[in-house]
Amino acid sequence: MQDLGIKVLFMGNNFIRLLEGLWITIKISLIAVAISIVLGILLGMVMTLKNPVTKTVTRVYLEFVRIMPQLVLLFIVYFGATKAFGWNLSGQLSAVIVFAFWGTAEMGDLVRGALISIPKHQYESGEAIGLTKAQVYMYIIMPQALRRLIPLSINLATRMIKTTSLIVLIGVVEVLKVGQQIIEANRYTVPNAALWIYGTIFFMYFFTCWPVSLVASWLEKRWEN
Amino acid sequence: MKKIIALALTLIMGAGVLTGCGSDGQGEATGTKIYRTADEIKESGEIRIGVFSDKKPFGYVDEYGNYQGYDIYFAERIAQDMGVELEYVSTEPASRVEYLKTGKVDIILANFTVTDERAESVDFALPYMKVALGVVSPDSALITSPEQLNGKTLIVAKGTTAETYFTENYPDVKLLKFDQYTEAYNALLDGRGDALSTDNTEVLAWAIQNPGFSVGIESLGDIDTIAPAVSKGNDSLREWINNEIVSLADEQFFHKDYEETLAPVYGENVNIDSLVVEGGVVE
Repeated sequence: MQDLGIKVLFMGNNFIRLLEGLWITIKISLIAVAISIVLGILLGMVMTLKNPVTKTVTRVYLEFVRIMPQLVLLFIVYFGATKAFGWNLSGQLSAVIVFAFWGTAEMGDLVRGALISIPKHQYESGEAIGLTKAQVYMYIIMPQALRRLIPLSINLATRMIKTTSLIVLIGVVEVLKVGQQIIEANRYTVPNAALWIYGTIFFMYFFTCWPVSLVASWLEKRWEN
Repeated sequence: MKKIIALALTLIMGAGVLTGCGSDGQGEATGTKIYRTADEIKESGEIRIGVFSDKKPFGYVDEYGNYQGYDIYFAERIAQDMGVELEYVSTEPASRVEYLKTGKVDIILANFTVTDERAESVDFALPYMKVALGVVSPDSALITSPEQLNGKTLIVAKGTTAETYFTENYPDVKLLKFDQYTEAYNALLDGRGDALSTDNTEVLAWAIQNPGFSVGIESLGDIDTIAPAVSKGNDSLREWINNEIVSLADEQFFHKDYEETLAPVYGENVNIDSLVVEGGVVE
């Protein structure tokens, strides 16, 4: 059938190419999310310190990341680093750096919020029974804070997965770009391929983000008191 | 989107100005430069060429994941004659210049139109293709010269070169203007105008898909050339490409390239010389 755009999906290796593109998307976001969670928790703890120096530095960092569009950060790292320091970073590495940089800041702020939401008597009771500061965090504060963090950090993770569609501008061919390549390659023969390809990509993003949400709600239930 | 890209580029340029003045001087001293000369590329055994991956028929990726197209055909020949492996870098229109400025690719072969503005930041080699205006009209009343259009209605898209060209040079032609290309083409199909004009590559491809219409004028107005570009100052590589283009004229390489990649899209009846530039010579 001439009119069926779906046939484009199964021409040659098109579907496998889309999956390969999706893997790039998932790989970059997974690494970036993992780094963001670890560094973000540390940053969040630093942010709760009363020290004016750390307060100012972390505040400036957070505001900088919030104000800058991710695209600008990508360009600064990918092209700017080469221009200024001669570091020739690959597109994928630049993407991981930018997304981890962004994720750490946002995650840090979420952790800070979760930490200060833990009532003060929890800290004091811990110290009263002779625990050190580290032990108080380890056994009392963190377990409670992490529970409050789950919904917020899942939200951040899915946002990061979806924002990876920007990395095509620094030459990384991810799922969306593969889709555009397929649509353009069939521009004259199958003009309505776009609907099918973008529809497929929609489901690919959905099935990437959905399991993450499922795990989150499972964890939330499990950790419920 | 465009604004954000522009902002990003401005910021990077700003960073370049701040750090660049210093590093330029140091660069000379320590022998580091952003680009690689032709000999350095040959030694490394690999050349990086920035191409389009979604602009059929110039540079695109086929269903098996292989790069194809008019630009790609030439890129493969460059790598072959240099005796090096070829690595493609997928570029976007907005980032092409930046790739050369930072030396992340050795050559840009991405349907890159030569303009004065671009020539300030990159170095163009000899052209291998040209673009001008084309006029498509129904076979029943084919327009073969612009004079035939006097008193008739010509369909154009707003803000294009076609609009400016006909307003300035043929004021007697009635222009029917549309915002979108699709609207403009539909107007021609409906017979609301006698002919339609835009880039010749566009009208040629459209005429093939729409029987009953032909491109009566294949090349009109100012000719824009399309050429490979290298980083500013990379004379050895530019020289190498220029020599390559000149020597390829003996075997009519770009005519063969046209037959392989563009003919299926533009058809066999097109005057090849209205698009292809052989040996870097534009008549």
